[in-house]
Amino acid sequence: MDSVLTFTLLGLGAVTLATRCFFFILERELPFPAWAQRGLQYAPIAALAAVVVPEVMVSHGAFITTWQDARVYGAAAGVAFYLARRGQGQAVLGTIVVGMAVYLPLHMGWGW
Amino acid sequence: MFFDPANYRHPAFREGMADTLKVSPGIWAWGLMTGVAMVQAGLGTEVSIWMTLLVYGGSAQLAATPLLAAGAPVWVVLATAFCVNLRFAVFSLHLRGYLMAWPRWQRLSIGYLVADLNYVQFVQRHPHPAPDPAGQRAEMAYLCGNCFLSWLGWQVASFAGIFLASQVPMEWGLGFAGVLALVGILCSLTQTRLRAVSLAVSGAAAVAAFALPLRLNILVAIAAAVAVCLVVEQTPWGKKATA
Repeated sequence: MDSVLTFTLLGLGAVTLATRCFFFILERELPFPAWAQRGLQYAPIAALAAVVVPEVMVSHGAFITTWQDARVYGAAAGVAFYLARRGQGQAVLGTIVVGMAVYLPLHMGWGW
Repeated sequence: MFFDPANYRHPAFREGMADTLKVSPGIWAWGLMTGVAMVQAGLGTEVSIWMTLLVYGGSAQLAATPLLAAGAPVWVVLATAFCVNLRFAVFSLHLRGYLMAWPRWQRLSIGYLVADLNYVQFVQRHPHPAPDPAGQRAEMAYLCGNCFLSWLGWQVASFAGIFLASQVPMEWGLGFAGVLALVGILCSLTQTRLRAVSLAVSGAAAVAAFALPLRLNILVAIAAAVAVCLVVEQTPWGKKATA
C-alpha cells in the first residue's frame, strides 16, 4: 500500500470516530433547547426508516413502478411475521428468516 | 470498553449480547456482502482488510469503495464518508445524555463502536439516562456487550466475504438480510402513533430526496420527521397519541 492510501484509510477510521462521538468529544455543556431534547425521541426510528424504505422501494434511483420486485414481498413477509408474533419471542430473528425465505426464491428463481 | 471486568462481568453485558444475537443473521449477511463488494470492486485483499478493521461502518465503506477503486482525491473520499456518517452525529447528541458521566477515553472508545443497531437497541432498552452510578454502570455494560458481539460478528463475516469473494456472487442478494434486520427493529420501535408518524414521514422523505448526493437524503428525512412529529405533538390528536 502506498502512503496516500494508508493516509486515506486512517482518515476514514478517524471519520468514523469523529462522527460517532461528535457531540460527546468535548466536556463543555451544550446549549440544548427543550424542544430539541423532545425531538430526539423521534430520531432513532426516523434514521432507520430513512435507510430501510429506499432499500426496499427504490430501484435505479427512482421509486419502483413494478410489482415484480422480490424486496417488497420479502419485507412484507417479514413485517407480517413480526405482527403475527406481536413482537414476542425471537420476532426480529423470525423477520429476517421468513423475509429471506420469501425473497431468495423470488430473486434467484424468477429474477425479480 | 469491553476489556473492563466491571463491564463484562456485569449481568447487563449478557443482556446486551442477547439483543445483538436477535439481529445477528442480518449483521453477518451484511458484513459478508460488504467484504465481497469491496474485493469485487477491485480494492484487493489487503486494503479490504484494513478498511473493515479501521472504518467499521458498512454504509461508509460501501460509499468509499468505488471512490477508492477509481483513485478519487483523498478529500473527496473523506468528505463522502463524513456525509454518509452524519446520522451518527445525531445519535451522538442523544447518547451524550448517557455518556457524559464517563471519562473521555471511555466515551470515545465505546462511541467509536456504536453503529445503527447498537444505538437503536440501547435507547430502546434504556429510554432515559440513569441518574445514579449503578444505573450508569448497567447502561455502559449493556452497551459494551451489545457492541462487542456486533463488532465480532461483523468482522468475522467481513473477513469471510473478503476471502470468499469469488465464490459469493453479489447477484444472490444475501445483503438483503441486513435490510430485514433493520425492518424487524423498525417494527419493534413502532410502539406509539407518533413514532409511526416519524417512520412514515422519514420513509417518504428519504425516497423523495433520494437524488441528493452523498446519501444526504437520510439527514433530510430525519430532520423532516422530527420537525413534523414536534408539530403534530402539539395538536389535540398528538396530545392524545402521546398520553
